[in-house]
Amino acid sequence: MTLGPVGARPAIFRPGWLRPYRYFAFRYKRTWRGTVTSSILYPVLYLVAMGLGLGHLVNEHLQAAHQTGRLGGVGYVQFLAPGLLVASAMQWGTNESMYPVMGGLKWLKTYHALLATPVEVRDLVHGHLAWVATRVGGASALFLTVLAIFGDVVSPLGVLALLVAVLTGLAFAAPVTAFTATQENDAALPVLYRLGTVPLFLFSGTFFPISQLPGWLQVVARATPLYHGVTLARSLVLGRVPVVDDLGHAAYLFVMLGVGLVLARRSFSRRLIV
Amino acid sequence: MQRAGARQEELSRHPGPAGEPARGGEVVVARGLTKSFGDFVAVDHVDFLVRRGEVFGFLGPNGAGKTSTMRMVSCLSPVSGGELSVLGMDSGASGPAIRARLGLVPQEDTLDLELSVRDNLYLYGRYFDIPRREVRDRVERLLEFAHLVEKAEEEVDTLSGGMKRRLTIARALISEPELVILDEPTTGLDPQARHLLWDRLYRLKQEGVSLIITTHYMDEAEQLCDRLVVMDKGKIVASGSPRQLIEAHSTREVAELRFGVDENAAVASKLTELAERVEVLPDRVLLYTEDGDEAVQAAHCLGLRPEASLVRRSSLEDVFLRLTGRSLVE
Repeated sequence: MTLGPVGARPAIFRPGWLRPYRYFAFRYKRTWRGTVTSSILYPVLYLVAMGLGLGHLVNEHLQAAHQTGRLGGVGYVQFLAPGLLVASAMQWGTNESMYPVMGGLKWLKTYHALLATPVEVRDLVHGHLAWVATRVGGASALFLTVLAIFGDVVSPLGVLALLVAVLTGLAFAAPVTAFTATQENDAALPVLYRLGTVPLFLFSGTFFPISQLPGWLQVVARATPLYHGVTLARSLVLGRVPVVDDLGHAAYLFVMLGVGLVLARRSFSRRLIV
Repeated sequence: MQRAGARQEELSRHPGPAGEPARGGEVVVARGLTKSFGDFVAVDHVDFLVRRGEVFGFLGPNGAGKTSTMRMVSCLSPVSGGELSVLGMDSGASGPAIRARLGLVPQEDTLDLELSVRDNLYLYGRYFDIPRREVRDRVERLLEFAHLVEKAEEEVDTLSGGMKRRLTIARALISEPELVILDEPTTGLDPQARHLLWDRLYRLKQEGVSLIITTHYMDEAEQLCDRLVVMDKGKIVASGSPRQLIEAHSTREVAELRFGVDENAAVASKLTELAERVEVLPDRVLLYTEDGDEAVQAAHCLGLRPEASLVRRSSLEDVFLRLTGRSLVE
């Protein structure tokens, strides 16, 4: 066998992020069944519980009070569904950027192995986020399909909610990736989840319109990123043609993604290039 | 001044970035290479050349700066000062292009424990953008090379330390590198595993691959290295072939005499005339001399009766301890 001087020289001018991306995708082959199952089961469980249980109560209450307009003129589950889609995208994006990143940096050291090849830090960060986008996109597509089967996607524009879900997932994934790479161990990760993800999940207009909140909390809610994703997805799923407001929501998420990306590249460089 | 001039000439024989390395030239040229972390200087202005096709060793106690040097040569760690050219390219400007042509065996395995042996090799090959079919062929060859054919489908987690090490080495070869850098490749392995690894490394050398190896096993260095440097506290304190180093820094033979723990120090003063150098250790006295048997006889003539005596050839270990001291480095 020839192990001597190079025979075929590898092409090193392809998009760099593909190399780590291929690795993440290959690894996923081991666990895809489980994640697909849970991606289907999760919305089904929510829709059944909320639709049969809470949804009935809310709908009856609003009808009795002649206030169905408070949910935009749709039933509770139709109101909830797009919010839940985007809130889940946030959670997937966040989760994929906590323990898997810590594993690559510290436990399995797969990032170190990657960087001993022609892969650069920038490629690694982009490959990771591209993979997160794929995961969030796949799970959101399943989620949206389940919603459609349950009849909770009111408008064909709802298909665009998939893009909103991916954008929201990435907008969270990028800064969380940056944060994880600054951590020596995983102690702060559950704290980030409990004090960051969970309050956003509950108070960003996913389960109820933020107009229910006291005035000052409404201001806080409007400033949070999940609110923008949820609101944007909801107007699409319910068939509202995008307007200036919606562009503002999208712009918020794009800026968050851009800033997160810069921070992630920086913290990866600081951590890995010493 | 003249020395610097000569080195400049050596450097200038290398073409610019991405150029072909000169056959038979140097694969690594380091001049005034420095690495610092804040105030701590891990590598302090070192100069060395690694020639194409040779096995070049870095010896030194823990913390001597070997790993920092390896990381710079592998273009994993930016240099803090000095110049470093690898395979004819500047390490700072051409990191990815250099890494495409070298293989790295890091001190700690960075294998994916949850994937199979075969998949670890395959995926690593794909990092280099080697076409699928080609990687598959190379994986099969490397499984044989590393004696891992029967383990190909096993998860890496289940392998022994020696097998993981062989897999890491096989993985470093997937890109058919011209230069392989091994950072303490045999630390923690049993003798069988070490000998198998040495054999594989020797085969690589025969195939024309240049190897850089760090170790603190002296027998390993003597077996494998054509030339080596001894590092201590960030500096190169000696360099040459194993034989040259022994000649320059030790004597041909060493006589080891044991007089009992309490006596060693007391008799040592009587022995100073018998050898070029006398070293007193807690458990024995070492006489560094050209003829060990003669020294032992001379000791007997002085009326000294050691409990035990042993004459041996000087080894690299004697050189190493002479240069880097016997006290523990923590």
